[in-house]
Amino acid sequence: MALQITESCVNCWACVDVCPNDAIFQDKPHFLIDDMKCTECLGDHAEAQCAAICPIEMAIVNELGEFLNPPGSLTGIPIEKLKEFGLWREAA
Amino acid sequence: MELPVISNSGPIAEGGGCASSGCGTAPDALSHLPDHIRAKVQDHPCYSEEAHHYFARMHVAVAPACNIQCNYCNRKYDCSNESRPGVVSELLTPDQAIKKVLAVAAEIPQMTVLGIAGPGDPLANPERTFETFQQLSEKAPDIKLCVSTNGLSLPEHVDEIAKHNIDHVTITINCVDPEIGAKIYPWIYWQNKRIRGVEGAKILIEQQQKGLQMLTERGILVKVNSVLIPGVNDQHLKEVSKIVKEKGAFLHNVMPLIAEPEHGTYYGIMEHPSPTDAELQELQDACAGDMAMMRHCRQCRADAVGLLGEDRGDEFTMDKIDVMDVDYEAAMVRRKEVHDSIIEKLEAKRGVAKPKAEGIPAGSRPVLMAVAGKNGVVAEHFGHAKEFLIYEASPEGVRFISHRKTELYCGGMDSCGDGDVVEAGATESLLDRNIRVLEGCEVVLCSKIGYEPWGKLEAAGIAPNGEHAMEPIEEAVMAVYKEIAVTGKLLPAAESLKVA
Repeated sequence: MALQITESCVNCWACVDVCPNDAIFQDKPHFLIDDMKCTECLGDHAEAQCAAICPIEMAIVNELGEFLNPPGSLTGIPIEKLKEFGLWREAA
Repeated sequence: MELPVISNSGPIAEGGGCASSGCGTAPDALSHLPDHIRAKVQDHPCYSEEAHHYFARMHVAVAPACNIQCNYCNRKYDCSNESRPGVVSELLTPDQAIKKVLAVAAEIPQMTVLGIAGPGDPLANPERTFETFQQLSEKAPDIKLCVSTNGLSLPEHVDEIAKHNIDHVTITINCVDPEIGAKIYPWIYWQNKRIRGVEGAKILIEQQQKGLQMLTERGILVKVNSVLIPGVNDQHLKEVSKIVKEKGAFLHNVMPLIAEPEHGTYYGIMEHPSPTDAELQELQDACAGDMAMMRHCRQCRADAVGLLGEDRGDEFTMDKIDVMDVDYEAAMVRRKEVHDSIIEKLEAKRGVAKPKAEGIPAGSRPVLMAVAGKNGVVAEHFGHAKEFLIYEASPEGVRFISHRKTELYCGGMDSCGDGDVVEAGATESLLDRNIRVLEGCEVVLCSKIGYEPWGKLEAAGIAPNGEHAMEPIEEAVMAVYKEIAVTGKLLPAAESLKVA
């Protein structure tokens, strides 16, 4: 089991610094998670650290493609506004 | 594009600059400081109103990560055409940052200050931030170092800050009440958890206050930045000002919220109003009773280079720096000469008396005047001014209030910019917009002005004045104030006689 980074990523490095497994590496166009190293932080932390610090909605998904930080969950901007500004996606 | 970036945490705006001299006539805002502190800030453009006319600063964008979310920030931003805190075009590694700083310092000898201000929170990137400071203190000991932070990780880094000889720190403090904080900060990342709402804001506030105290106890100068968010913290900032002063901050910089829908921030998308110039000034004046207020901030980018209010970043992109050959030993000699001569000039100026309001009857009302100035004198053509410097004349003297940005409407094609340009689709001409920018001012001083703007200004109740071209700004403002006084229009009894 491993988390993944989507194209929403803005390469801010925040997750790299907090990953307990050193599983996140720089790549183009955005950072990636090494699925051999990622444990989703089980045993280390109550929350997956990359998802706990990531400032960008929809940038981290689980194996089912579900957003750990769905649209509106971090900024509090209502869904209809996100849709109006093209900032909303259904799933990865 | 290398590493796309992002916006930052706190509005890490640093000082502001104008191309004019006498920004700040009111008795020097820093005059209450003991000599050793004054010596520390006299060549720091973001701390000393006077210094910002002569000394330059630069920011290096080595700190992309952030540990909080602010509602005025969008972490997705990467824009080279925008000038506001948190925006950068090119993220640098510490090694690249050193190269850039040495190149800029050699090229712009009056650059005295290197700040790390984002685009995230510098202290949420401790390795990249302190590696940069470490190398710089070795290779360029003549550059002052400073850092801006949202304060969340400040207490744990205070010793490291002191160790690197960083003697200027800016903390963005928007509130001291967690209920208000919850409206500004949706979450923080703290001890491996995302903590939302009031609980998160409470931790952030505690850390900011603790960090502020720890820094001042160690003799490190602290400036506090606050973003004025109408309806959220506007009244509350007076209390913030009082508290941070008690805890030892030496300067408070209240900046207006920047919120446009196209910035993609919470406040932008929710169309939260930015404060008007009058609201900002009123609050700054209200806080001024408690402590020195900074009014010359230009809310610059996290990778700004040059004098405040200008950005020469384009001259120093990494590809250009890579081919520059810098001899820093030689540059340091030249830098010292330049610094000494500027300081000498400033000291000579300090002895010069400010224009006095003699002959102005007591009880005269203050008058706001806009000045199209450059290098301390009334020098700009009305249609060429990129910004107006707003001064207040009163029986107490002349003081700088703020700068207001304009849009150029005169392309300088003809002799005198009489023409008024209406952009396609615009509902308001640029000239009308500029006149609106001058709201509240009764006079506009410039070196020259066209026929059409003259008429429109008069119609708007603003008297154009081109009589003081090339005179020092403060003297010109006082001279005009005295002219108005002679007409009797400054006294309350004369109000009824005033013609619109």
